[in-house]
Amino acid sequence: MKVVRLRSLLQIAVLAVAFSTAARASDEKAAAGVSQRDLQAKVDYCETCHGLSARGFIGFHPIPRLAGQPVEYIENELKGFVEHKRENKESPSSTNIMFNVGHVLSPAMIHALATHFHDLNPKPFGGAPKEIVAAGKKIFDDGVPSADVPACGTCHGADAKGNGAFPRLAGQLYPYIVTQLTNWAKERAEENSNIMAPIAHGLTKSQIEAVAAYVSYLE
Amino acid sequence: MKLLRLKSAVLAIAFSAVSSLAGHAESHAIRNCTWCHGTSAQGYLPAPRLAGQKRQYLENQLVGFSQHTRDNPFSKQYMWFATASLSPKTAHDLAIYFSELSPKPAEDGNQQLAAMGRKIYQDGIPDSNIVACIACHGPNAEGVREIPRLGGLEFSYLQRRLEQWGEGYNKTAMHPMPHVASQLSAKQIAALASYLSFIK
Repeated sequence: MKVVRLRSLLQIAVLAVAFSTAARASDEKAAAGVSQRDLQAKVDYCETCHGLSARGFIGFHPIPRLAGQPVEYIENELKGFVEHKRENKESPSSTNIMFNVGHVLSPAMIHALATHFHDLNPKPFGGAPKEIVAAGKKIFDDGVPSADVPACGTCHGADAKGNGAFPRLAGQLYPYIVTQLTNWAKERAEENSNIMAPIAHGLTKSQIEAVAAYVSYLE
Repeated sequence: MKLLRLKSAVLAIAFSAVSSLAGHAESHAIRNCTWCHGTSAQGYLPAPRLAGQKRQYLENQLVGFSQHTRDNPFSKQYMWFATASLSPKTAHDLAIYFSELSPKPAEDGNQQLAAMGRKIYQDGIPDSNIVACIACHGPNAEGVREIPRLGGLEFSYLQRRLEQWGEGYNKTAMHPMPHVASQLSAKQIAALASYLSFIK
């Protein structure tokens, strides 16, 4: 009896060691319950629209860069689409796409994707007018005190790489930022982005373009 | 008087040389296209409809034929020669001319499959990692910039193009079509091509 018990214990121990080795060998990005194969298939799927290495892509609408975004921000936005908190009233088809994309993802897959995209660092997409970059840098660094617009770097980081729920702006597509800031109330109706509403509203068209051009070139 | 007449003749020649091809349906360059693509460029299979196609897309394709990057069989057989001595200026003018003609829908797909095609076009198939076509080609499949208009093109043209990506043609084409189309089944391709053929 004792021998049998000892034997089964030994088997369990061997199995446990084997499993832990296998787990370590697989990509550590893959969270519990997500295989490397499923994650890669989903990453390819995301990059079909969001561009190679998730650097952003301009389809019918600008499709934002995901690379380098904080994990928390990506998770929040995906949940926002699924729970109908992030609704784009200007472009219902975009909201519909992201709802469909998001609602089939498990929490483990959302986390694995967010971590994967956070770790990517491709060169910016580019294409913004260069002559307004200097004016944009000034707005980013100093804000527009006369219009109660704080310095962007205060929340988004001096290097514009974002932090937690605050998105990275560095390398984001120029037309995407322009569209978001221009139509903030319609594009980003979700509650947790209310903080940006008065700021976006306080910027003029040319200020929006300048600051969008500046951050779009940051690496 | 004679001098004046001569001057106007010179002017007339100069003007006709700089004007674009638009409004010159009889120009040789346009006639060379419409022999196959139909007199109003509505397509005459296997030559696809050009009318109403996006200008930048048309221009890019002409360059693709002349540089042999668009290498599917009919392109190779017809379009490589057709574009062999096409100047960039003429390619540009042709693209403008055809993009400004109003397109008529082919409406020649399978009605029974159109609803399935519409669903894939608008929603993709997230569980199978198939993306929604609408993200790039637009809510009415109208295209934008270098992204082609698909709505109303001929069923068999759309079907062949979608098949060809998966067969390895046009490999140098831009991200993401080779990846997207190679994931589609024959039935999904037929459904998409059917749906698109009916879009006005």
